[in-house]
Amino acid sequence: MTPDLIQGSTYAADIDNLILGIGILVGVWFLAAEGIFFWLIWKFRAKPDQKSEYLTGKEKHVKRWITIPHALVLVCDVFIVVGAVNVWFNVKQRLPEPDSEIRVIGQQWAWTFQHPGADNELDTADDIFTVDELHVEVDKVYHFRLESRDVLHSFSVPVWRIKQDAIPGRSITGWFEPTVAGEFDVQCTEICGIGHGVMAARVSVEDANTHAQWISTASSATTP
Amino acid sequence: MSGRPIATDRSATGIPTHRLAIWWVLASEVVIFGGLLGAYLMHRLGHPEWAEAASHTQTWIGAVNTFVLLTSSFTAVLAHQAAEKGDGKKAAMLLVFTIGGALTFLMIKSFEWYTEISHGYTITANTFWSFYYTAAGLHALHVIAGAIIMGIVAVGAFKGRMLHRVEIIGIYWHFVDVVWIFLFPLLYIAK
Amino acid sequence: MADTAVDVHHGEHAHDDHHGPSGILKYIWSTDHKIIAMQYMFTGMFMAVIGGFMAYVFRMQLAFPGISVPGFGQVSPGEYNALVTNHGSIMIFWVAMPVLIAAFGNYLIPLMIGADDMVFPKINRLSYQVFLLSAIILLVSLFVEGGGFGGAWTSYPPLSASGEYNQTDLGSSLWLAAVAIEFVAFLLGGINFIVTLMNSRAPGMKAYDIPLVCWMIVIASILFMLSVGPLVAGAVMLFFDQTIGTGFYDPARGGDPILWQHLFWFFGHPEVYVVLLPAIGITVDVIATFARKKIFGYKMVLYTAVATGVLSFFVWAHHQFIAGIDPRMANVFTVTTLLISVPIAEMCFVIIATLYGGAIRLTTPMLWALAFMAEFLIGGVTGIFLGASGADIYFHDTYFVLAHFHYTFFPIAIIGTFCGFTYWFPKMFGRMMNDTLGKIHFWGTIIPFNFIFIPLFVLGMGGQHRRIYNYEHFPELAGADMYQLRQIATIALLVMLAFQLVFFYNWFVSLAKGEKAGKNPWKSNTLEWTTESPPPHGNWPKDELPNVYRGPYEYGHPDREEDYWPQNLPS
Ligand code: HEA
Ligand code: HEA
Ligand code: CUA
Ligand SMILES: [Cu+2]
Repeated sequence: MTPDLIQGSTYAADIDNLILGIGILVGVWFLAAEGIFFWLIWKFRAKPDQKSEYLTGKEKHVKRWITIPHALVLVCDVFIVVGAVNVWFNVKQRLPEPDSEIRVIGQQWAWTFQHPGADNELDTADDIFTVDELHVEVDKVYHFRLESRDVLHSFSVPVWRIKQDAIPGRSITGWFEPTVAGEFDVQCTEICGIGHGVMAARVSVEDANTHAQWISTASSATTP
Repeated sequence: MSGRPIATDRSATGIPTHRLAIWWVLASEVVIFGGLLGAYLMHRLGHPEWAEAASHTQTWIGAVNTFVLLTSSFTAVLAHQAAEKGDGKKAAMLLVFTIGGALTFLMIKSFEWYTEISHGYTITANTFWSFYYTAAGLHALHVIAGAIIMGIVAVGAFKGRMLHRVEIIGIYWHFVDVVWIFLFPLLYIAK
Repeated sequence: MADTAVDVHHGEHAHDDHHGPSGILKYIWSTDHKIIAMQYMFTGMFMAVIGGFMAYVFRMQLAFPGISVPGFGQVSPGEYNALVTNHGSIMIFWVAMPVLIAAFGNYLIPLMIGADDMVFPKINRLSYQVFLLSAIILLVSLFVEGGGFGGAWTSYPPLSASGEYNQTDLGSSLWLAAVAIEFVAFLLGGINFIVTLMNSRAPGMKAYDIPLVCWMIVIASILFMLSVGPLVAGAVMLFFDQTIGTGFYDPARGGDPILWQHLFWFFGHPEVYVVLLPAIGITVDVIATFARKKIFGYKMVLYTAVATGVLSFFVWAHHQFIAGIDPRMANVFTVTTLLISVPIAEMCFVIIATLYGGAIRLTTPMLWALAFMAEFLIGGVTGIFLGASGADIYFHDTYFVLAHFHYTFFPIAIIGTFCGFTYWFPKMFGRMMNDTLGKIHFWGTIIPFNFIFIPLFVLGMGGQHRRIYNYEHFPELAGADMYQLRQIATIALLVMLAFQLVFFYNWFVSLAKGEKAGKNPWKSNTLEWTTESPPPHGNWPKDELPNVYRGPYEYGHPDREEDYWPQNLPS
C-alpha cells in the first residue's frame, strides 16, 4: 500500500485499487463533513446579544440537508459493495487452475512448507519440506493448502496482499500467482502465543531456472 | 436508606416495576440459553455420530422430570392466585409444594447423573456429553436458585408481606420450566 | 470528594433512618445512585490509569525494542502479550463500560428523569460490588504464576483454551472469570437502567421528553443484554475447556474453534455500539446546551440509534472475513456492514446540523464534544475500508484496524468521558472547574492523540500487523522509516500522559477553590439542573420532585426572553 510495498501478485493491484477507490469516495465525504462542521462552528460562534435560531429539524427546507446525504451515502455504499465483492470473489472464491500446489503448515512458532518436488505433485515421495522458507516460481498459479498443528495462525504475505487464517482440524485452499521475483516476508498475523512475534518466514520468488535449480539441490539434500 | 425510593413505586408504563424487571431478566436469560442451545444444535447437525452417545440418555427419567416440573409450575400458578386474593398462608403452602417439585427434580437428576457417570459418560467423555452436562447443569443451577428464592418469598408470604413477589417468582419458575421443555427433546429424544 | 456529597446532604436534612454502618462503610454500603455512580467513576478512572500505563509500557517497547522501560523494566514476549491483552480488556470492559454506562447512567438517569433514585437501589449496589470483584480478579490475574493472560482480548481458542498452548494456565482462567463476572454486573445494572427509565419518569415526562443521553444509555443496556447472552454461554464452555478438559473448541474432539469467534463477535460488534451510543448521547446533550439549540431532529437521533442497534446484530462476521468461514458469507456481511454506515452517518449529520443557527460557546465541555465528532469521523470512515471484504484481506489484523478502532474508542472512552465529566462536574461537586486549565488539558490531549494514531495508520498500510513485541524479526517491518513513525507515536503518548496531570491538578484545585456552581451554571434545560449542586440524598426534597412540561432541548425559543426553557417550568 505504501509506495515502497511492491505489488507482487496478480491481485495485489486489484486490492490496492479497491482501497484507493474507497479512499476517494469516503475521503470526499469525510472532508465535506469536517469542512461543514468547522465552518458551522466558526459561522455560528456566539455573538453578544444574539439569540440562537429556533429550528426543530422538521422544516422541509432544512430536512433536505439530512435526507439527501442519506440517499447519497446509500449510493456510495452500493459502489463500495460492488467493488469489494468483485475483488473478494476474485481472490477468495474463485480458484483458477493451478500450475502447482504447496502445503503450508503453521505450528507454534514456525512455518513448515511442503513443496511438490520435481514431479510437481503434492504428497509424493519427492516432496520437499522446508521450515520458514518457501520457494515458488514467478508467474505460476499456485494453490496452497493451509493447515495448523496446534492453535490458530495466519498466513500473510504483504507483498501479495494475501492473508488467510490456519485452523487446526481443517485444510483451507487458496491461490496466488506471484509476479515479481525476489525475497519477501511471510508473517503470522494471528496471535498464537508467546512466540507469535518471532513467527516469521521468507518466501523466495524465483524465475524458472533458479527454481528448477533449487528443486534439484533441495531434493538431493533431502533424499537419503 | 429512607425506605423505598419513590422511583420504585412509579409506573409510567402502567406495568408494575417488578413485573417489568422480571421480563427483562428473562430476556437476558433467554439469550444465554439460546446461545448455548444454538451452539449445540449446530454441532449436533454437523455430527450425526452423536446420536450414538445420545442413545445412552435415559428418556424415561427425562420424561418423569418433565412431568415433575410441569406439576410444580401448576402449583406456582395456584400460589399466584392465592396471593392475588390476599391469602398469604395458602400461597406460602403452595410455594412449598413447588419447592418440593424442584427438590424432586434435583434428586431424580442426581440419580440420573450418578448412573451415567458410573457408566463412564462423564462431561469429558465426548462433546455430546459436554453439552449435555453443561446445558442441563446450567438449567439445574436455575432450579436451585429458583427454589431458594421461592423459599424466601414463601416465608414473606406466610407473614402476609410482599405478596406481589409470589407472581414474580412464578413467572421465573415458568421460564425454568420452558427451558427444560426445550432441553428435553434436544438432549433426550433426538437420538 | 464523594464524601463531601454525603456530608452535604447530612447537614441539610439528615434522615432519621440512617442507622447502620458509619464512615467509610457507609460510603461503601450506600445505595444512593449518585454515590454508586462515583464508585464506578473512580474505579473506571483508576483502571484507565492502569490501562494507560500498560499502553505506555508496550509502546516504549515497540519504539525502542529491548530497552528497560522506566517504571517497568525489560518487556519479555510473554509480558508483551499480557500487557496488550489486558490493556484492551481493561479499556473496554473496565473503563469504557463502567464510566460511560454505569457511572453516567447511574448519575444521570434518576436526576434527568426527576426520580429520587434507581428502582432497585440494592441491586444497584450489588452490581457495583460484583463489578469491583471482577476488577480485582483481573488485577490479581496479572500477578499469578505464569503471568497474565496473553491471548488477546478476543481470546480465540485453541490458544486460550489450553495452558499447554498459552502457558498462562491460571492467568487465562482468571481473565475469563473476570470478564464473565463483569458481564453479570452489567446485566444487573442494565435491568435497573432500563426499568428505571421505563417506569420512574417524572409526571408529565413523555417518551420524547427524555434527554437523549438517558435514551442512549438505556438502548445501549438493552443492546448489551441481548448480545452478551450467547457469549456468557460460550465463556462457560471455554472455562470448562480450560479447567476440566472438555473439547467444545477442540477440533480433535468434535468441537470447533470458530464457534467461539461467532459467539464473541456476535457480542463484540454490538458491544462497540454499546459504548458508542452513551458517548453520542453525552455529546448531543452538551452540544445542544452550548450551541443553545434544539437538537436537529430528536427523533431522528433516536431512530438511527435503534436502527444501528438492530443492524449491529447482523454484521459480526466482518471480523472473520479471513478466519476460515465460508467465503460466500463474506459478501453478505459486507452488505450489512456497509448498510450500518447509513444510520451512523445520519446521526453524525444531525449532530453537525444542530450547530446551524446556534450561538456556540466554546467552553471546555463543548470543546470535548466537538472534538468527539471531529475525531470519530476518522474512526468511522476508516471502518468502511475494513467492511469492504476485498480490502480487509490486506488490512485485517494490521495497525490500520488498530488505528481505526482507537479513533473510535478514544473519542468514546476518553474524549466522551472528559466531555461528560467536565460538563456535569459542577453538578457532581458543586464547584466550577477552571476553564483555562481545562483548555490546556484539552489541547494537550487532542493534539498528541492524533500524533499517536495517524502514524499507526501509515504503519498499518505498510503491512505492520498487531501483537508483535519486536519487529526486528520481520525485515519488511524493521526499516528505519518505520521505526521513526513508531517513535513519533510513542513520544506523542508520553506528551499526552504528561498532560493528564493537568486534569488531576485542575480537579483538585477546583474542588478546593473553584467558584461555587449554583444550581444551573450552564443555563441548561434538563431536570438535574433544577436541584442543588451536589444534589442531596433523594435528589429533591421529597415533596418537591419535579413535574415535566416539555422536551429537554427548548433553547432559543422565540416566545421567551431567555434562551432556555427548563423542562420543569409550567408554561
Ligand atoms: C466503538 C468502537 C467502534 C466503532 C464505532 C466501530 C465502527 C465501525 N467499524 Fe470497527 N472495530 C472496532 C471498534 C469500532 N468499530 C474494534 C475494537 C475493532 C477490532 C477488534 C479487534 O480485532 O481487536 C474493529 C474492527 C472492525 C472490523 C474488522 C477488521 C478486521 O479485523 O479485519 C471492521 C470490518 O468491517 C470494522 C468496521 C466498522 C464499521 C463499518 C463501523 C461503522 O459503524 C462506522 C460508521 C461510521 C461512518 C461511516 C462515519 C460517518 C459517515 C460518513 C462521514 C458518511 C460517508 C460514509 C460513506 C459514504 C460510507 N471494524
Ligand atoms: C477503550 C478502548 C481503548 C483505549 C482508550 C485505548 C487507548 C490507547 N491504546 Fe489501545 N487497545 C485497545 C483499546 C483501547 N486502547 C484494544 C481493545 C486493543 C487490542 C488488544 C488486543 O490486541 O488484544 C488495544 C491495543 C493497542 C495497541 C496494539 C498493541 C499490539 O497489537 O501489539 C496499541 C499500540 O500502540 C495501543 C495503544 C494505545 C494508546 C497509546 C492509547 C492511549 O490513548 C492511552 C492513553 C491513556 C489515557 C489517556 C488514560 C489516562 C487516564 C486518565 C487521565 C484518567 C481519567 C480517566 C477517565 C476520564 C476515564 N492499544
Ligand atoms: Cu503463529 Cu502468530
Ligand atoms: Cu465490528
